[in-house]
Amino acid sequence: MPREIVTGNHAAGLALSMAGEANRFARGTAAGIYPITPQTEIVERVAAFPFSKGRVVPVESEHSAMGVTIGASLSGARAFTASSSNGLAYMVENIMVAGFYRLPVVMVAVNRTLGPPWNIWADQGDTLMLRDFPWIQLYAQDNQQVADLTLLAFRLAEDPRVLLPVLVCMDAFIVSHTQMETELPTQEQVDRYLPPLDLPHRMRSDDPKTLGGLVWPDATVSLRKEIHEAFDRVPMVFEECRQEFRDVFGRSPAGAVEAYHTKNAETVLVATATIATTALEVVRSRRAAGERVGLLILRMLRPFPIDQLLEACASASRIGVLDRDYAAGIGGVWAHEIRAALQGTRDDLLVQGYLTGIGGGDVTAERIDEVLVDLGQRELPGPPVWVGLEDPAPVPAAPPPKAPLVPPVPSGVEATP
Amino acid sequence: MSTTELPVNGSAPRRDMPGEIPPLSCEPLLRPGNTNCGGCGMSIGLTWLGRALEDLEQKAHLAIPACCGAVTAGAFPTTSYAMPTVATTFAAAPAVASGLASIRDLNGSEEQVICWAGDGGTYDIGFATLSAAAERNENILYICYDNEIYGNTGGQRSSATPPGARTTTTPHGKSESKKDVMSIMAAHGIPYAATLSVGHPEDFRQKLHTALTTSGMRFLLMHSPCPTGWKSEPAESVQLVRLAVRSGLFPLFEVFGGQRYRINAEPDWADPTEYFRRQRRFRPEEVDLGTTRRWARERFQRLKVLAEAFPA
Repeated sequence: MPREIVTGNHAAGLALSMAGEANRFARGTAAGIYPITPQTEIVERVAAFPFSKGRVVPVESEHSAMGVTIGASLSGARAFTASSSNGLAYMVENIMVAGFYRLPVVMVAVNRTLGPPWNIWADQGDTLMLRDFPWIQLYAQDNQQVADLTLLAFRLAEDPRVLLPVLVCMDAFIVSHTQMETELPTQEQVDRYLPPLDLPHRMRSDDPKTLGGLVWPDATVSLRKEIHEAFDRVPMVFEECRQEFRDVFGRSPAGAVEAYHTKNAETVLVATATIATTALEVVRSRRAAGERVGLLILRMLRPFPIDQLLEACASASRIGVLDRDYAAGIGGVWAHEIRAALQGTRDDLLVQGYLTGIGGGDVTAERIDEVLVDLGQRELPGPPVWVGLEDPAPVPAAPPPKAPLVPPVPSGVEATP
Repeated sequence: MSTTELPVNGSAPRRDMPGEIPPLSCEPLLRPGNTNCGGCGMSIGLTWLGRALEDLEQKAHLAIPACCGAVTAGAFPTTSYAMPTVATTFAAAPAVASGLASIRDLNGSEEQVICWAGDGGTYDIGFATLSAAAERNENILYICYDNEIYGNTGGQRSSATPPGARTTTTPHGKSESKKDVMSIMAAHGIPYAATLSVGHPEDFRQKLHTALTTSGMRFLLMHSPCPTGWKSEPAESVQLVRLAVRSGLFPLFEVFGGQRYRINAEPDWADPTEYFRRQRRFRPEEVDLGTTRRWARERFQRLKVLAEAFPA
């Protein structure tokens, strides 16, 4: 397997293209592509890939990029795209369609701050806004995981027990534009890992069906429940996909959840993506100093890995969740998910949310140390903590009372009806 | 009930209807039992599309955005469409069709990929997607059944609504003109663009045949009567759109490659008063007949100049 120094975007573009190429003995491949910083290099690489049986359609918007991808997938092809931030927001309607049509498409998303104001740096708010859609969501920590999880995503999505689209996410610039030594697959390996796709419900003239027509509530309930049951099967199928990955590529791809030093930990940090890499360094040094601190790295948002979370927190009394996102009026999405997952099972656990690196700010080891200090002092969980906020905005004063439009009736005077 | 009779045939040049229409040898594209309104132009258009496909021994996959045509399918598990059909999001039909057509072509399959869309999905929300598909010269057939209204939502204005027409969002009559979508589509230089009227079946059939035997992007604009939205008599649908052709309100023409023009029916400039009077969406005081007729004549004159200078 060739080792090369590549960016995260390069790894993603290559993995998507090779996965598409692997379907050349079946219905082929297609991608609708549209550029957005910091995803652009992905679609450039896809556009330049010499497909034997594939077409890259350079469309006029993200909405159409997913539209083309849906059409190609409905026709039985292996279909994919990539986007980011406001592009994902523009694409939302068709993202939902791909999920409800149970199309095994794969999208790489480069997590970028939603605007306005304009900010191109890392923030997971864009893909987390899709959390209630029928899409499996994976979050990569580094370039290797981007390559591996992108390939694994196709295998997972296309499994007949799953048939759900998969989103593979990476942090803007920190991964997308940073070069790192990465083991890249050969086409022969990808061919072995991704067998020809045979979509059971593809459109075909010999079996005319109408997709997406009107359904009554009872049928809608059945369809929703089928999605729920498919999500229930994802953890098991995901592990099978990892095992098959090991068999073909000779190394292990990242898991949905990874726990470090959580065995007898009193305090557990929960982190995702690149923040997890820094957090691991902090936890390791704290452990070396004898502190009972552990780290849980989450790489799967949907379905939410509740069992692994509970297992990792078995000995813990407090959890600190590092969120590089902000859900208005709530705080961090991951913290919120974790609180919901523990509800009724581990009500004794103190869960505190920390908003770190919002809008692409650096999350350094010092910042994570601050989190651990705060977490260690807590008796009760509180509102989300804005880590590293040095210049808080002044609280706006309440407006002066306005004169009523109708003068009040003087006291002692009877109001006329 | 109106007191005057609508002119049925008029003096406009037309081909005779074939004496006998042979029965279909396959299932019709639009199955019986669908819930389309009486007098709906779309029902006629879909029927003739199915017949043209059969004439040419072709099959088709349909991509239908949100519009009456999506409702035509009926409720799961039944469907009124006898061909594979996908309901797309409102703005996405040409994009989804591009994906379908790409994979069809990669696999050497023969079936047509057809977008069947209303004027809202064509002139308004889906226009960027349509323009982009035309610019890429996607190998798809796009048919817009233009009933000049958002029919599915109960009759709101679109940019295809003609001036003066009352809709639920133009309660005093639309003050803007109808978007000239044909000129815009022709300006993309696509292989084939043509207008269709369900009042001219032979012309309709010929253009479907041309479209179905041309490759690349093809755009057909069909004037589609909507008794519910137009507040007209279902039985008069065909006469109404015939009168629109005769009076020059809806010219029948073809554009090849965005360059070569052919006019298919010469208007006899019949008085369009009845066209407006027979549709209660128009109020006499809100339709400027003089301006409308002058506009129609000038538009036709421009087409004529183009057809003479650049004949197909």
